[in-house]
Amino acid sequence: MSTWVPTEGTSEALLSVRDLKVTFPTEDGLVKAVDGLTFDLNAGETLGIVGESGSGKSVTSQAIMGLHRGTRAKVEGSIGFEGRDLLKLEDEELRVMRGRDIAMIFQDPLSALHPYYTVGNQIVEAYKIHHGKTSKSAARAHVIDMLERVGIPNPQKRIDQYPHEFSGGMRQRAMIAMALVNNPRLVIADEPTTALDVTVQAQILDLLMDLQKEMNSAIIIITHDLGVVAEMADKIMVMYGGKAVEGGTADQTFYSAEHPYTWGLLQSMPRIDRERLERLQPIPGNPPSLISPPSGCAFHPRCAYRDDENLGCSTIVPEFDVQDWHPVRCLIPAPKRKAIFDTEIRTPSS
Amino acid sequence: MTTTHPESDVILEVKDLQKHFPTRTSGIIRRASDPVKAVDGISFTVRRGETLGLVGESGCGKSTAGRTMLQLLEPTGGSIHYNGRDITGAHGNDLRKLRTEMQMVFQDPYGSLNPRQTIGTIVAAPFDIQGITPKGGVKAEVQSLMERVGLNPEHYNRYPHEFSGGQRQRIGIARAVALRPKLIVCDEPVSALDVSIQAQVVNLLEDLQAEYDLTYVFVAHDLSVIRHISDRVAVMYLGKFMEVADRDELYSNPLHPYTQALLSAVPIPDPRKENKRERILLKGDLPSPINPPSGCVFHTRCPRFREELSDTERKRCTTEIPLVQKIGDHEVACHFAGPSKVEVL
Repeated sequence: MSTWVPTEGTSEALLSVRDLKVTFPTEDGLVKAVDGLTFDLNAGETLGIVGESGSGKSVTSQAIMGLHRGTRAKVEGSIGFEGRDLLKLEDEELRVMRGRDIAMIFQDPLSALHPYYTVGNQIVEAYKIHHGKTSKSAARAHVIDMLERVGIPNPQKRIDQYPHEFSGGMRQRAMIAMALVNNPRLVIADEPTTALDVTVQAQILDLLMDLQKEMNSAIIIITHDLGVVAEMADKIMVMYGGKAVEGGTADQTFYSAEHPYTWGLLQSMPRIDRERLERLQPIPGNPPSLISPPSGCAFHPRCAYRDDENLGCSTIVPEFDVQDWHPVRCLIPAPKRKAIFDTEIRTPSS
Repeated sequence: MTTTHPESDVILEVKDLQKHFPTRTSGIIRRASDPVKAVDGISFTVRRGETLGLVGESGCGKSTAGRTMLQLLEPTGGSIHYNGRDITGAHGNDLRKLRTEMQMVFQDPYGSLNPRQTIGTIVAAPFDIQGITPKGGVKAEVQSLMERVGLNPEHYNRYPHEFSGGQRQRIGIARAVALRPKLIVCDEPVSALDVSIQAQVVNLLEDLQAEYDLTYVFVAHDLSVIRHISDRVAVMYLGKFMEVADRDELYSNPLHPYTQALLSAVPIPDPRKENKRERILLKGDLPSPINPPSGCVFHTRCPRFREELSDTERKRCTTEIPLVQKIGDHEVACHFAGPSKVEVL
């Protein structure tokens, strides 16, 4: 079973993030984009990170890739990967790992692919950087094979085409081919299907799951779409205002969620698989400011269950309350949270 | 003056609407070549007070259809009747007058508000353009509109960048309802918003519809949102309607293979159901609307064509354009329409 609440000291997991903090200095003040994140991920597992814009989910993935290096962002904590702390690596050491051991699939394949180079050139480059001794023709053959595996028809011809000659779905396949060309241990997919149509999204998610089985990679999938995590993820972390507010297996998140924000997410979206509701139940208000976050629990201004007097929701910052490997950052006592879920949130079919 | 039918049930009638965009060949000598057939002969009616959902994947022509029916784009062919009156090709003064009755809410709450204008100016623009002074003055009316859509009226003098995406969409909605129009085309009004905010805006649109007797044409790619808000749904593919039916009928008993594939592709936020589901996977991508496939435009990706039909039947799909036929309460453009063999939802 996955360890959500890691023990002290070193961890056996492929990826172990400890108290990760990312802050950006801005004219208006310090933006705390990620504020103390801890989680583990094992080989072959898929972690879904869910949250709204500004929740810190993309910044987390960029920090793991080391993309904040050389910027004004401050990254603290530790990111253990196969026993080494990525934050302590020299730039050169990180460069060697990036793309080989850890790869990223971006949301928008049109801006992530270079328009002046053929798709093949870009993927061959990604391969050759880590396989310097391979001949050009062998690398090219490998890339053609990779393009075929991600379902690009006629790869011998496609490899010499430019990104603009690819459709959106094909470009995303090319990006996946580039990310997986070195058999990475960890793949970070940041909203990999958000720009795609549903029928193409279905193809791409299937493809990712097939390739994961084949390569036993770990995947972090970042998305706002609970349907996508329901399909892909073994475990799910829900983020709000730079913090994880709930973590658990996919089953825990969907069938026994305990954080009021997770409830809000589950209830606010129209469900195509259930009886149509006359009215949607939105979460009131707006996402929190990261420069001057609300006092106490960041979610309390929008929370229907807050109790400032007895629980101190507006003054006390909640720590993780962990029961049954299911950490929840909420001041409402666990038995009451479970009762609320059972009576108000759970629907007959779940 | 043509006779109007104010009591008529139909507010908008669209017949064989086409919108083609010219393209040019590249090279030194640029000649006109085959046009992009964004909308290629769609016919439908919108009933007063209902919400008609237009759903389809990117490039299917749903946004172009929405814009063309409001005369934001000039149709290449076909006709549009509003309240019994032919408004095809209306321009100048006629068109401006029509705008008091037909409005639009745009997808991008960033691109559709002028960053240099205050919210007050933006929401007052319809009054300015129409030369209308509402009772109590423009400012009071704008502030009451702002309040109605859930904005603080004191923010009258603020600029768009000071608002979040959801609030900006509320500004766009206030502007659209300012003149109390009868018909609003909503073009992906919630797709740029976070889920929790999406629900707020959907509820607001529903409240305004009830309050002001609005008729909506709701264009979106999200099948769950479309199901929630629409009374009737039209499914579009490559510029044509594949299937039109009442919402519950369409979602519980889709008859067109494309509708079935679309519904089957929607990921369900329920891992146990999701793991058990059998998905109808479409192969490949949308063909080019410059050179749409012959016969039925969907046949190149159609799972029924691929798996269930005989060669003679297939020949029909590749050569004969399917006409819209009535099956029960559905209008379906498929030679071999019928329920799916696998459960789609």
